Order: sequence, then C-alpha cells, then structure tokens
Amino acid sequence: MNAPAPRPEDMPVRRITITIDGAEVSVPEGSTILTACDAAGKDTPTLCYGDTLTPKNACRVCMVELEGSRVLVPSCSRKVQPGMVVRTDSERVRHSRRLVLELLGSSVDLSTTPRIPEWMARYDADPDRYGPRAPESRGRDVHEPGEHHAGDGGVAATMAQPDKIDNDLYVREYDKCILCYKCVDACGSQWQNSFAIQVAGRGFDAQISTEYAVALPDSACVFCGNCVEVCPTGALSFKSEYDMRAAGTWDETRQTRTTTVCTYCGVGCNLSLHVQDNRIVKVTSPHDHDVGHGNLCIKGRFGFTHVHGREEEDGG
Amino acid sequence: MDLKFSDAEPSAAEREAIDRRLGGPGEGGWDGGARDEQDHRSARAGHAARSRRHLVLEALHAANDRVGWISPGALNYIGKRLSVSAADVYSVATFYALFSTHPRPKRIVHVCTDIACLARGSREICAGLETRLGPAGAMSGWKHSPCLGACERAPAALAVEAGDPPHEHLIGAATVDDIARALSAGPETLSAETPSAMAVPQAGNEGLMLLKRIGRVDPESIDDYLATEGYAGLRRAFEIGPGQVIAEVKAARLTGRGGAAFPAGVKWESTARQPATPRYLVCNADESEPGTFKDRVLLEGDPFALVESMTIAAYAIGAARGYIYLRGEYPRAYRMLRSAIDRARERGFLGANVLGTGWGFELEIRRGAGAYICGEETAIFNSIEGFRGEPRSKPPFPFEQGLFNKPTVVNNVETLCNVPLIMRIGAARYTRIGTEGSTGPKLFCASGNLVRPGVYEVPFGATLGELLDLAGGVPPGRSLQAVLLGGAAGVFVRADERDIPLTFEGVRAHNATLGSGVVMAFDDTVDLSGILLRIARFFRDESCGQCVPCRVGTVRQEEALLRILRDRHDVAAKDRDIRILRDVGLAMKDASICGLGQTAWSAVESAIDRLGALKESR
Repeated sequence: MNAPAPRPEDMPVRRITITIDGAEVSVPEGSTILTACDAAGKDTPTLCYGDTLTPKNACRVCMVELEGSRVLVPSCSRKVQPGMVVRTDSERVRHSRRLVLELLGSSVDLSTTPRIPEWMARYDADPDRYGPRAPESRGRDVHEPGEHHAGDGGVAATMAQPDKIDNDLYVREYDKCILCYKCVDACGSQWQNSFAIQVAGRGFDAQISTEYAVALPDSACVFCGNCVEVCPTGALSFKSEYDMRAAGTWDETRQTRTTTVCTYCGVGCNLSLHVQDNRIVKVTSPHDHDVGHGNLCIKGRFGFTHVHGREEEDGG
Repeated sequence: MDLKFSDAEPSAAEREAIDRRLGGPGEGGWDGGARDEQDHRSARAGHAARSRRHLVLEALHAANDRVGWISPGALNYIGKRLSVSAADVYSVATFYALFSTHPRPKRIVHVCTDIACLARGSREICAGLETRLGPAGAMSGWKHSPCLGACERAPAALAVEAGDPPHEHLIGAATVDDIARALSAGPETLSAETPSAMAVPQAGNEGLMLLKRIGRVDPESIDDYLATEGYAGLRRAFEIGPGQVIAEVKAARLTGRGGAAFPAGVKWESTARQPATPRYLVCNADESEPGTFKDRVLLEGDPFALVESMTIAAYAIGAARGYIYLRGEYPRAYRMLRSAIDRARERGFLGANVLGTGWGFELEIRRGAGAYICGEETAIFNSIEGFRGEPRSKPPFPFEQGLFNKPTVVNNVETLCNVPLIMRIGAARYTRIGTEGSTGPKLFCASGNLVRPGVYEVPFGATLGELLDLAGGVPPGRSLQAVLLGGAAGVFVRADERDIPLTFEGVRAHNATLGSGVVMAFDDTVDLSGILLRIARFFRDESCGQCVPCRVGTVRQEEALLRILRDRHDVAAKDRDIRILRDVGLAMKDASICGLGQTAWSAVESAIDRLGALKESR
C-alpha cells in the first residue's frame, strides 16, 4: 500500500518574492498581488473583490502596473510569480483608478459605499465633469441588447431607477449597483446554489435581475440574504436599514455589534447583531468563521424580527 | 440541485422546436413530465442534464427561430431540460441581439447602419423606412443593426421570419421597397441572394490561393472540392504526422489573421504539449468586426476548405472534437457549412475513423446570436458553453484552459484556410510568398466608397495604394478623404498615406493595424464625424458590460462626441470633451479586461490625431 499523501497543510509553503514600488516583499505561493500589496503596507482600493468569493476582477479599481505587461493587471486576481515588478502608484495606475472612480461616480449612487470620498480625494477624481446626471429611468428592466437611445450628450447616462421594494426583508436599490457580480456569485454556485439572480442585458444596460425581472417572492430567491452580506455599495440592504435611512434615524456611530451563535438549528453559524437603541437593526455574519464563512439562512439573517415581536407582544 | 421555476409552460410549437434540438423527454438525463402531486417537482435532472448546459444557446435559437421570441414558458422549459435556473437562461437570452425576451412580430428586418453602409446610403434607407413603417424598433418590424458582413453589397439588410423552417435572407444592396416587401410578403418572396462570388472581383483569376475555388466550384459538391486539390493537404498531414505538421506551420510563420496577429504554430505547439485531455479546436467564425466579410466569402464559396483545415489542425494538436462558432447573421454560410460537414462525414473525411487512419474527428457548428464580443477568444468559450459571452481574464490562456477549461486552440477562418496550402506546398515555398515578417497570401476586405468593393487576395507586401487601385479607387469625380484600416477597432490613415505596406510590420511601423483585414475608404462626400459617432455607438452597444472602464467608458465616449458635434463652435467645451475622450480612452485601453475595451478608442483617437477630425467648426 502507498503511504498516505501529505495533507496540504503539512506541506512546506513556498514563498514568492516580488518587488512592489521598489521594495521586496515575500508572500506564500498562490497569493495574489493584492495580498502582496497588503503585506507591503499598500492601501489598495477594491470594490468587486470579496474575501469569500472568487475574484471577478470586474471593477478594475485595484489595477497595478506590472513590468512586461502591455496593459495594467488586476491585483485582486493576478497570482504572484517570482521576480514580478509591480508599481501601485505610477501615473498609469493613478490615471486608471481615477477614471474608474469617476466613471462609477458619474453613473452610480456611491453615497453608501465605504471609503469613496477618501479614494476620490486620493486620486483627484471629478465625477461631475461628465455633465449633469440623467434622471431616473423606468426602462432598465427591458432588455434590447445592441440598441440604445443615445440622446445628445446633454446628460450623463446613469443607473438611476426606482428602488425595488417587493418583500419585507430586503430592498434592492440598483441605482447604487456597480455590477460587481458578488451577489450573483453568492446566490449561485459559490454559496447558496439558488440561482435566483443573474446579470441580464448587456453593456451599460446590464442589470442584476431575476428572470423577466419578476419580483423576488416569485423568483427562486430563498431570502438567505447572502447577497446583502457581500454587496459592497449598499445597493442591497435590510428593509430595516432602508426604512431607518429614509426616516433619517440610521446612525452607525450609535450602533454596537455583538457576535453570538444562531440558535435556530445545530449548525452553529455565527451572527453579528447590529444594535441601535436596544433594537437589532441588521444581522451580518463573520466572514472568517469556519462554519458559515459569512453565509446564513433566512432564519439566521432575518429571524431577528421575532425578538422584537415578542417584546411588542409582552408590551415591552 | 433544486431549481424553482414559475408555472409558465411552453406552447406546443416551442416544446417541439426545443425537443427537436435537445431530444425528447428521457434524453440527456431529464425524465420530464408533469408536476408530481407528492413532492411538487415537475422534473428530475442530474449531472447528465447539467453536462449539456452548452446547449442553452442552441435551445434559445430553436425557440426564437420558431416563434420569434423567448417566452417565459420556453425559457422555463429550456432551464428544466438542461438543469439551468430561469434567471441563468434569462441572463444568456438577454445577452444576444438576435433574441428577444418580449413578444414581437415574426418578421424582422435588421437594417445595417454601420460605417460601410453609412458611407453608402443607409441613412437614406432608414429615413425611407421611418416614413413607410414608423420609427426603428421591433414592433415596426425593422431594427438598426451593426455591420452584417455584407459590405460589398452595401447598404445591406437581413430579413428573418420565424417559423418551421425559419427564413433568413440577406438583402443587398437594399432598397426601402425590398425591406417593405420582406415584411409584408415574407423574406422568401424576395429574389435570390446575390451569388457569393460577386463579393470577389478577382474570382476566376489565375494564381489565387485562398480564393481559387470561389465561383469556380459548386460549394456543395465534395467532388468539385476533391477535383481542385481538395484534401491533398490532409493526406500530406497524415503522411508526415502531427509533430511535423506543427513544425511546418511554425516554419511557415503562419500568423493569425483574426486581428491579434499571433503565430499559429506556437499556439498549436503549446496546446499539443499540454498533458490535459481532451483538447479542443475552435474556429472563430464570429466575423463581426465592422467592414469584415472575408470569412463569410470563404465559408459560402469554399466551405470544404475550412472543414479540411480544421481536420488538419485537430490532427496536429490531438483534438477529437472541433467547434465552428459561426456568426448568427450568416445564414448562407451556415447552410453551406452544414452541407459540407455532412458530405465530408458521408465520405469518411470526418467521423470515428478519418480516411481509415483510425483517428477520429467530429466537427460541430455553433451559431452566435448577435454579439460582437463573442469573437473575443475567451468570450467564444463562454458562449459555446452556454454562458453569457463575457471574456475571461487571462491568464490562464486558452492553450492551458480554454473551452470547457481544457487546452484549446482558437483560430480564425482565414488563418486555418492557409493550412492546407502550407501542407501542399511546404513551409519553404509558403514563406517565399509575402515578406519576411508577414508570410503567405492575405485577404483584404475593401469597402466603403470604392468602385469595386469586395474581398481581394494579394501576397503580403502590397501597399495600401495598390489595394485601393485594385478596388477601382473612389468613384470618379470624388476624392479620397481617409481610410480606416482594421475595422472599428482599427485606425484611420490619411489619403496621402498610400505607401503604407499592408504587412504586420509595415502597419506597425506606421502606428496602424491590419486588424481583420479591413480597408474601408471614405470619399469627400462622407461626414467623417458621423462615422466616428457610429463607431462610438457600436462599442457602447457591443460592450459586454463586465468591466467598468469599457461599460461606462464607451458611454462617456459617445456622449462626449455627441456634445462636440452638437456645440461645434464652443471651443472651451470642445477642449474639455476632447480631454474627456483622451482620459476615458486611455483608461479603457489600459484597464479593460479584453481587446474590445482596449481598442474602443483607437479609431476615434486616430481620427483626432491623424486626420485632425473634430477640429473644424461647421
């Protein structure tokens, strides 16, 4: 009989050395340039990158210059190779990052995307220079690939459209969507395997959608909320958060976060309860937890409403 | 996998059309049937059904070709048959311009408004149609279309009628009357399509190598093919063995003709060396670069040549299966190829035991459905596999992980069609054709304002001026304004740059590109800014939407051009917009995932910098 193969965690990990902005940095083989940038203390902006998902490298805000490469490369997905020479702050890198921020900022509502003002300032981005933003469109769920109405350039095309409120648990504000594919991947083969949503349409008319844009309760959605968990821009949010934002009462500085174990079944998923004014306002899950990797089911994610239901019944 | 579908059911016609392509219930791991009272499931399907995901696009074609659109019932049925969720099938269906996910008339005419047709009167056709039928849109029966690959017959239109069988008819040169008749009486009432040889002004000339059979043989006769040195290349390949075939192609320095100019032999060798099997061969026949129609002419006029070429290539790299990804807008090429594959199989040139060698090769056609991006070498894999035709990020490269994540060679039609020639005459003689850096014969698609537009074969090394002269130059009384080399993703050159040698190294030295072999001439009657705007619109329409620089950048490029053309006199505003064009262009070039975004600004940039376009204020 053959000796058992060594387990991967017992194997010595080869380290790869690359040069970033003139300084050498070593990371384990198989790491990405982004990991190396983090190790080198570089603060790399990312939007579509998700710590629990396969990199899609769609947003192109993490691009770096790689010596020998004709074009810039996405640091979030490109694996390190020995001897790579990477620049993270060259003129080309700064230009591309600035433009990606401008293009997104001029077409998408980034008001709930973390760190946007800081990055806009760092890269000197001016999203207003593309002209006044086009008003809300009611036609974004009708797909005519290969056709569009161009107008006269007087307004800058946007994702602006009505919010989708079709259930009591979460809201979709696709005017805040940067099409990072993270919700699609979380709903599909990478986590939930519900396949309720996908990208529909093409080009600038592309939009996350159910089949024929039917309402979520009529779709294959199981309301696990794992799409909300990974959304980087707040385009997907708890109904509770959405309503509080609308009422002007949402205030993260007054919120605490308590991590506990979900009691609905025996799996042992961790819940992080976001509490404001002694009420649970939303539930997330730690991405580094071995059991769920940030994923929950409808009970863990949205069952918190029962906590307050009891209080209300008790007159509390 | 537990998939949830709505209650929408397919009509009898839709079910029949889809079954005809996928096989009836019981085939492909699907046991179909009615909703079960006990567990409410309407279908059971396992790995066997999921392994047929690659038939999604084919099944969508079946439904769309039969009834004219993809209804929720048909979409559900496709999803259940192949174990793909409804949202997933919808995402694929809404990616392609030839499909509709809302009801529309069975008869639709796609009217080409792209640059070659724009230079030859498509605007007047559209104006006439608006008066006669109402504004463009599916409900009026006619739509604007990107280049239909029939530039020699500009202005062109493609009439389609859903049904059993569907009718497709390429009209060119199109008139308002023809289009109106196709809609009122059906495309089958139109007079026969122009023979494909009409696209080759040199047809019948001595000395042609790639075009030698066009117009001289019956493209449906394998005997005609065999009588004109057909399959001599394959026989020689079998004599020398796979390794030597690759060595010959390398020694011939055969360079890819699709646009990227990559050495074909190197691609073959790297793929053949991969330990993973099976390996695949894909022929990129998704010819969609505006102004390109050479592959269509080869496929329509000499389809066996591609079948033989692919057989040789597959033998060399050790592939047992090949796919031809054919543009959805090429109905005649589809008919000719299907016929050629059937004939070749009947005569033992394809199948389990090719020519008694014991080696087997199967060849399949997959039709695109209106998406320029699917000609990108990795988007083509996603499209064949039944996903949205979005490019993948590289690395890994196709030779490592291509179709179905297996080592794959992707070659353009024209590239492959050089292979039998190399086999027949040998690398040494082949390299004597053309120049040191660009070997062999080359096809150019001459279009726009030329007296004899068409596909021309010349040895590499002819100059731009020589090619323009071959095509008769601009019509008498007019003067040449500019030439677009390489298509919408190419560059404009000035009328006085006639001496540019049309070789890979020659155009590179002049900061230009051969691209897919487009040479499009514009005379002084053409409003060049209108052409630029159409190019910008093309890229905005054809961007897959995956990455930000291209998805939003192509929109901002079009908007800036629109503003410049609207306020021609406002110099300060124009300077700001030119700045925007340059900034956005550079980001698209540097940060887009694939070649579409990377070249979306190329033509506009060259028009500004080389022609001084957008300067004058009218």
